[in-house]
Amino acid sequence: MSSIKFLYAAYIATWVIQGLYLGSLVRRYGRLRQRMKDLGKGK
Amino acid sequence: MKRAFPILAVLTALLLAYAFYEAIWVAPMERTMGDVQRIFYYHVPSAWTAFLLFSVNLVASVIYLVRGNAKADAVALVSAEVGVVFCTVVLVTGPIWARPVWGIWWTWDIRLTTTLVLWLIYVSYLVLRKFSDSSQTPKLAAVLAIFGALDVPLVYFSIWFFRTQHPQPVIGGGGSIDPRMLHVLLINWLAFSCFAFLVCWSRYRLELLQREVEEAESLESLSGVSQ
Repeated sequence: MSSIKFLYAAYIATWVIQGLYLGSLVRRYGRLRQRMKDLGKGK
Repeated sequence: MKRAFPILAVLTALLLAYAFYEAIWVAPMERTMGDVQRIFYYHVPSAWTAFLLFSVNLVASVIYLVRGNAKADAVALVSAEVGVVFCTVVLVTGPIWARPVWGIWWTWDIRLTTTLVLWLIYVSYLVLRKFSDSSQTPKLAAVLAIFGALDVPLVYFSIWFFRTQHPQPVIGGGGSIDPRMLHVLLINWLAFSCFAFLVCWSRYRLELLQREVEEAESLESLSGVSQ
């Protein structure tokens, strides 16, 4: 693997990690919204 | 505040794009390592941002222990979580940089080992927060955060006091850096810090909302029991 590929790999890895975390936040927001809806129905 | 978020998000995206452009096309090429040295513009700002977030976690934890402020506890949790994400970036980009330069992915060098220990401490902090239901959990976590924060200066200054393969610190370590490289490094750090701030902001709002929902759910279940 030439050294430029390591550079690409590092930059891609950075944004994959950040993207996975942002994705987990979006999923948590979705689940919370569902719980809020369920609470609303309960009333 | 709701209006400020999308504006800041767009500005941060532009700043990140500009920082990327500077890192890849504007920063001069390092003589011995060549282009792979440009990993530096993501690796170092990620480390500094993680240190900044762990420092925020320390301050918020102390405030929580002293005043019992629930918002300080939420800030502590959020800063630790986002700090772990940035520390993960450091631990992933470091070996990717080390392989072509040192010929190895990992070595049990003092800087690398203390960084791994730092990551493990804050992962333990998050595991404690997630899986313990005790009312004492925030206090225990705050104490753990104070011990965890002791590792931050150890990580930074370890390369001053021990023989290491890792390069000397860019700032405050007697190392020298081309002013154009320093400029690009600082732009990237600014961009990463703005990005971290936005992520923390979103996560903080999520945390407050989650606590409100949990409180409402427990009230609802209580009213169900009393009826």
